[in-house]
Amino acid sequence: MHTPLISRRTALGAAAGASALALAACGTSGPGGSGSSGGSDSATFWQLSGQPNEGIYKDSVDAFNKLDKGTIDLTFFQNDAYKQKIRTAIGAGEAPTIIYGWGGGGLRTYAEEKQVDDLTSWLEENADFKDRFIDSVWGAATVDDKIYALPIGATQPIIMFHNKTVLEKIGAKAPTTWDDLLDVIEKAHSGGVAPISLAGQSRWTSMMWLEYLLDRIGGPKVFERIAAGEKDAWLDDAVVEMGERVKELLEVKAFADGFESMAADSNTDQALLWSDKAALMLHGGWTFGGMKASGGDFVSGGHLGYGPFPTIEGGKGELGDLVGNPCNYVSLSSAASDAEKTVAQDFFLEGMMTDDVAAAFVDSGSAPVVTGQEDALKASDDADYLQWVYQSLQDAPAFTQSWDQALQPTDAETLLVNTEQLFLGKLEPEQFAENMNSGKGA
Amino acid sequence: MTSPSARLDRVESGERVRDAAKLRSARGAERSTRGAPGRERLQLSHVLFALPALGFFAIFALLPLVGVLVLSFTSWNGIGAITFTGLTSWGEVLTRSTTWHGLALVVLMIVATWVLQTPLSILLGTFLAGRQRYRNVLAVLYFLPLLLSSAAIAITFKSLLDPNFGLASGLNMPFLKQNWLGDSTLVWIVLLVIIAWQFIPFHTLIYQGAVRQIPQTMYEAAQIDGAGRVRQFFSITLPQLKYTLITSSTLMVVGALTYFDIIFVLTQGGPGSSTRILPLDMYLTGFRGNEMGVASALAVILVVLGLGLALGVQRLGGKDASASQTEGA
Repeated sequence: MHTPLISRRTALGAAAGASALALAACGTSGPGGSGSSGGSDSATFWQLSGQPNEGIYKDSVDAFNKLDKGTIDLTFFQNDAYKQKIRTAIGAGEAPTIIYGWGGGGLRTYAEEKQVDDLTSWLEENADFKDRFIDSVWGAATVDDKIYALPIGATQPIIMFHNKTVLEKIGAKAPTTWDDLLDVIEKAHSGGVAPISLAGQSRWTSMMWLEYLLDRIGGPKVFERIAAGEKDAWLDDAVVEMGERVKELLEVKAFADGFESMAADSNTDQALLWSDKAALMLHGGWTFGGMKASGGDFVSGGHLGYGPFPTIEGGKGELGDLVGNPCNYVSLSSAASDAEKTVAQDFFLEGMMTDDVAAAFVDSGSAPVVTGQEDALKASDDADYLQWVYQSLQDAPAFTQSWDQALQPTDAETLLVNTEQLFLGKLEPEQFAENMNSGKGA
Repeated sequence: MTSPSARLDRVESGERVRDAAKLRSARGAERSTRGAPGRERLQLSHVLFALPALGFFAIFALLPLVGVLVLSFTSWNGIGAITFTGLTSWGEVLTRSTTWHGLALVVLMIVATWVLQTPLSILLGTFLAGRQRYRNVLAVLYFLPLLLSSAAIAITFKSLLDPNFGLASGLNMPFLKQNWLGDSTLVWIVLLVIIAWQFIPFHTLIYQGAVRQIPQTMYEAAQIDGAGRVRQFFSITLPQLKYTLITSSTLMVVGALTYFDIIFVLTQGGPGSSTRILPLDMYLTGFRGNEMGVASALAVILVVLGLGLALGVQRLGGKDASASQTEGA
């Protein structure tokens, strides 16, 4: 009876000793504390992988790290993986110093839970920095009149792209009204091509149609009320009419065969357009780079056309109204130490959206969200397209943020579920409005 | 005579039971020579040896399980404060239609998986159990899908099934141009076939091993009595595979309960909610909808369901589960 007791005690003692040793080792071999001065402080920054932006962000961080004002540790994640990881990390108190995001409803939850810092007064102190950005991008960064995020990257409105070769072949023109659109669809069918390319499995792709339809029918105010959480805002007549238009599109088989099987992450929807198999595609401006890189001479040969979403007769929305992502955003984690925050703030000012970074975005075929880019855009290879995007952005009477970003995350998921049902023809427009209003899934 | 550990062993395969029986008799012999103190020392060393495993089990299995159970009585969006809301999450889980829909789909998945995979696995396993060299070559080739990860399989099939740029245009066979993943009936056939393609090799491997364990003398005796191949299969092979069938079915049934990765990558639960099985529903509710309380309640349901099914399948083995399946033992 004695032996086991002793051996157990010995084992426990050994275990305790070992863990004490391990702890001691951690204490001595860890990085220098926050007491050290100069360039040894560091901040963490999580970003999205995928070219060309991955390269641009990496270069900007490398350039900043050479300034000896501290180090930014940059880690890349895939888009969908990041969206889930970042919430988990913030919830666990393990967030990076610089939190990358999309503004809107997601940012609101972070702000309300006091997970990100209020940057309003810091921006007042650094007014030059704030003035560098195009004015319209601050809306999605603002929660209850306080700014919690800084714009980063390029502007990404949703654009009605078309294939000029296909339109010419079927004898149609780029649509600017609903009737034009129906005309293109009809002619595409008789010409043996798909009228509209849509990656319906991804759901947010179908949502882009809803965003423009609602704007053109009811004007930007309808969604403003929805995003503000006003009671019964989803029950607006415009929402129901939006659903009716979707039904109309489904009835005339506007979308490519098998669109419910297609996902946007494999870019087959873009491929359908650049391989002359579809006439139209409503998609974010970010697809321009992809079509340029993968589509052979589709972009360089001038076969890609672009224009605003068509107006709808009797609707309140203007042709110039935009929907989409004004840009991306970065916030400062409240959980970060003062030293980390200092490095991050220096990075915001001197590394994040410098002239070099803006030039790199222009080179990649996108319009950065800083002012004074006219000359750079004019000189770029994609001058026509970029100038058009940049001008549309500045002329737009309204720029509605992508719905899934503008809404609270839970509501956004409900929206995507119901959107898919609507596009599968399984949900009547009235039912869609009611489901959204009561926050119900499908 | 029957100790708890031996009783646990009994639900394992027949051979294990035989080992346990040997151990038991050995233990009995030891006890009779050395008496009670010997037995005590043996048990304490059991505990000591099991400690690391028990520790890991507690930290990585029990603790999260308790955590999930606690979370199911809360309302939490993943980043804010966790507030206890009693049975609210459970109420929502039990009343919303997606839960029952997901549950029905899981049952459909389990039944369809079993019906599709078991006969094929048994036949293939029996066939591959032959000793000819060509069968070994076939077996190696055949087990390839087993080496691929679900995500890789799903991504590959997704590109192959693309209506515009997949197999249909690659092989120039228009009949392959179907709305494979966008049609709520077709998508199920696609899923079941892909899952079968992925997992049949594994179950075939189990059956192959089991068939090779059957003593050759049984077949020789049957041959002398004039039994043909089919008769041999139904009278010797199949009955002898009983415990393998239970093991394989347990893995299949519990596995079908958790299919997540392949469906997530292929369909995301769509079109609509036609493939939103319960595990996927749990994930989407928790990490897309940010309702961790509701997702935790779903997780608890899945755990209970999994345990129940596993025990149920074992019960099907009947009371003679501990009997030897080897002749002469």
